[in-house]
Amino acid sequence: MLGFPVLTALIVLPAIGAALVVAIPRTRPEIVKVVALAVSVAVLVLACYGLYEFATGTAGFQFVSRHVWIKQWGISWHLGIDGISLFLVVLTALLFPFALAGSDAHHDVKAYTAWMLVLEAGCLGVFLALDLFLFFVFWEIVLVPMYFLIGGWGYEGRVYAALKFFIYTMTGSALMLVGILALVFIHAGHTGHLTFDLQTLAREQSFSGSTARWLFAAFAVSFAIKVPIFPLHTWLPDAHTEAPTAGSVILAGVLLKLGTYGFLRFGLYLFPKVSHDLAPLLLTLGVVGIIYGAIVAAVQRDLKRLIAYSSVAHLGFIILGTFALTTQGVQGGIIQMVNHGLSTGALFLLVGMIYERRHTREIADLGGLQKVAPVFAGVFMLVMLSSVGLPGLNGFVGEFLVLIGTFISRRWWAVVAATGVILAAVYLLWAYQRVFHGVPEGENLKFPELRWREGAVLAPVLALIVFLGVYPKPVLDRMEPSVRTLVERVDRQAGTHQPSVAQGGHR
Amino acid sequence: MLAAAGFHVPNLDYHALAPEIVVAATLAVVLVADLFLDDDNKWLLSNVSGWGLLVALFFTIELGARGHTASMVGGAYVVDDFALVLKGLFLVVGYIVLLMSANYVEEGDYYEGEFYFLILCSLLGMVVMSSARDLITIFVALETLSLPAYMLAGWRKRDLRSNEASLKYYLLGVLASAVMLYGMSLVFGFSGSTLLVDIGKATQGTITHAPLVTVGIFFIAVGFAFKVSAVPFHFWAPDTYEGAPTPVTAFLSVASKTGGFVALLQIIYIGFIGRSDVWGPMFWALAALTMTVGNLIALRQTNIVRLLAYSSIAQAGYILVPFAVAGSNTKSIHSAFTASVVYLLIYAAMNLGAFTVVIAVARKTRSGDIASFGGLYEYAPGLTVLMTVFLFSLAGIPPLAGAWAKIFVFRAVLDSGTSSAVALGIVAAVNAVIALFYYASVARVMWMSPVPDGDRTPIRIPATLQAALGLTVLVVVAIGIYPQLFAHLGDVASLVR
Repeated sequence: MLGFPVLTALIVLPAIGAALVVAIPRTRPEIVKVVALAVSVAVLVLACYGLYEFATGTAGFQFVSRHVWIKQWGISWHLGIDGISLFLVVLTALLFPFALAGSDAHHDVKAYTAWMLVLEAGCLGVFLALDLFLFFVFWEIVLVPMYFLIGGWGYEGRVYAALKFFIYTMTGSALMLVGILALVFIHAGHTGHLTFDLQTLAREQSFSGSTARWLFAAFAVSFAIKVPIFPLHTWLPDAHTEAPTAGSVILAGVLLKLGTYGFLRFGLYLFPKVSHDLAPLLLTLGVVGIIYGAIVAAVQRDLKRLIAYSSVAHLGFIILGTFALTTQGVQGGIIQMVNHGLSTGALFLLVGMIYERRHTREIADLGGLQKVAPVFAGVFMLVMLSSVGLPGLNGFVGEFLVLIGTFISRRWWAVVAATGVILAAVYLLWAYQRVFHGVPEGENLKFPELRWREGAVLAPVLALIVFLGVYPKPVLDRMEPSVRTLVERVDRQAGTHQPSVAQGGHR
Repeated sequence: MLAAAGFHVPNLDYHALAPEIVVAATLAVVLVADLFLDDDNKWLLSNVSGWGLLVALFFTIELGARGHTASMVGGAYVVDDFALVLKGLFLVVGYIVLLMSANYVEEGDYYEGEFYFLILCSLLGMVVMSSARDLITIFVALETLSLPAYMLAGWRKRDLRSNEASLKYYLLGVLASAVMLYGMSLVFGFSGSTLLVDIGKATQGTITHAPLVTVGIFFIAVGFAFKVSAVPFHFWAPDTYEGAPTPVTAFLSVASKTGGFVALLQIIYIGFIGRSDVWGPMFWALAALTMTVGNLIALRQTNIVRLLAYSSIAQAGYILVPFAVAGSNTKSIHSAFTASVVYLLIYAAMNLGAFTVVIAVARKTRSGDIASFGGLYEYAPGLTVLMTVFLFSLAGIPPLAGAWAKIFVFRAVLDSGTSSAVALGIVAAVNAVIALFYYASVARVMWMSPVPDGDRTPIRIPATLQAALGLTVLVVVAIGIYPQLFAHLGDVASLVR
């Protein structure tokens, strides 16, 4: 089994699945869903196999698979996984079957499912690629299916939202492409060989400080749009709200992480010095995002839009942890990526269920649902509390680590960010209160209870929310060496040292 | 007797001339056969033309495979790798245009025989252009390729728009030729030779600073700017493209434009390579304007052919970018030249593909409105996917061929490395985003809008169009995934070492 190319299979399998789905005749839509679920579950199994075989305590890349693709340009099919990407890959592999099983397309199931599987291949490709060109290709591939999913299967304002999403992200991509090419050709100019290999480029850095700053900016803008970091976030509420349920789940659960992952893998790794120098700026933007996202979320009338804005706030925490540049902060950021994927993904799925039942997402039209559907309300409450960051659930672990990590290195940012925790409780609890408490009237009286099938889909996510909240150690252990190496690299290049508390915090 | 009159029969390498001879023979056969065929058998002409082009292509590939090179008439006519690659491109483009036209011409009220004759004439001009290394040969080739094109644009004789298309194209084309010829005469006056090689030596040496040489270079460049529809000399293009029959539009926007670029490549990189101080800034301005104006106007189009017309103007801007940055050092000359050639090759495939889809869809909708593409996915999923591939390739999204075209251009910009080059690179990057907006809008209409008249009968695509679509999409995807197939051609086909 050792020679089996797990990572390549992770990307190729959904792509084959998409081709299979396309080949199924239109008259047999019921087979489509079976094939899609089978493929996505197979991907999940493969990802879990990777998780099982992953060597804990190793910082470097594992399962590396490398084949020359375009020799003249030094481009190769180079995949690898380390503690940073491992859980994002597993999260992606988990959320796709979750989204596929949890919601149905209202028309043309075949095309919808095919796009979903292409999207899965693209997302996994982004997390696994260790070659800048390959990374860019997957980064672009992700855009296209998402564009069609929002535009084809979304709600009223879908076409506008799809185009806005597309244009925003493409603007970033264009800049990043220029950044990648500039990085590669400058490197080639100094060393004489052309390569797009991430590790080689990071090892043989050969540009001046100001060049590095420009290159970092080209990457950072692209990632910042994807995350999104305030003030580049305006595409997000539209795209999330108008997307079909599964689209929102993937958008919030996986796509936003592409940006934060990009910062870790390419921002910090390739430009450690600049990352350190510009950290105050990004920390500030992160904090602004936390506060701003929370305040705007509090005043939303549309439940789905409220959750969309809560993403802005949550992603602010991830940025905060990342640019705290301490082991705890970065670890907290990564685990928060996973948490946010689980809890917000589940929230979007639940809101989708509410919409299917009541055909409205207006908070004012809902009320008293707890009386008629107690189990549904209970599930919603658990997920919502995880999003709030209640101790004992997964959200707490991430936010706590982020705040500790930030406090060590950048005290005042952590202080301000901590108020975001309170604000999150305010808007989420208030929303819960308005939707589920009170006396049900009219249509709300007929609100159906959670079905077995829906419960079965949600159960694994609920289990993970509790498990990660109670016992995050296995996850933290696996990511720690890679994160530590990355942070040490930044420290070395920037000429600073982690405060001693951070060093002593582990072992 | 000829010798007595001081005329020496030039020593011609007939083997190296085989592609030209085959095309010339084919067009003669088509012209004569047209007289003797009755209307029911005119379809034979398209077959004869097609086979003629394939035979010519065979000879081109054969010459290339043997590495056969020849220099004739004192260096005015050269068959080398560059010439062969471009000849191959022209012949393939010509063949695809024939595939696109076969049903279109047969079903419309057109003059079939003359149509194929003129297409072949124009192609002959292009094939000759690839080898022309002398101002007079270039001019003759340019006229050979342009004159039939003027007539083809007016092919729908009873349609006012088509007449307008032809007349505008003709008048502005002739004006451009006149300006160019004047520029050539000035350059000849100073260098004393029409051979590009001699001009190259002269402009690097004795006459470097004569102001009239600057004027000459300027006029020649302006003439070609008309031919490749660079802003601000682009005004003929949208009207001509819209009025002409769609296969002719495809031919003009790909083959004819490439013809202009081929001439420009040879003149600039052989003749005026020493004077980048004159043409560098000129091309900088042309490229920036052409990309920006082409893209911005394309945003507002409601007709698909006009949209593709402006998009092809913008694409010409990207092809001009390498010219603008070529002059700074020897490395950038090479990568700029390669970038232009590669862009031309890729542009041909994706643009022809897009036009073929437009023709196929118009067979049913009889309309050129972008709105008529609404809901295309519901009744023609195959065509929709293909069109999406072509549009996204034009937009430069990997892993499609168009992305490589753009990457080669960016490489040229970065190899040059001057701040003006980088500024142009940023203009190009911004434009890539603007362009994406309208390409994505067309995709959006096809995938997401409802069918305008509710008519969901499938489109029957004739075999010839299927073949054209198959060929183009194969090239776009294959190059996108595995560019080595092809980057090789770009490196081989270099006039600068």
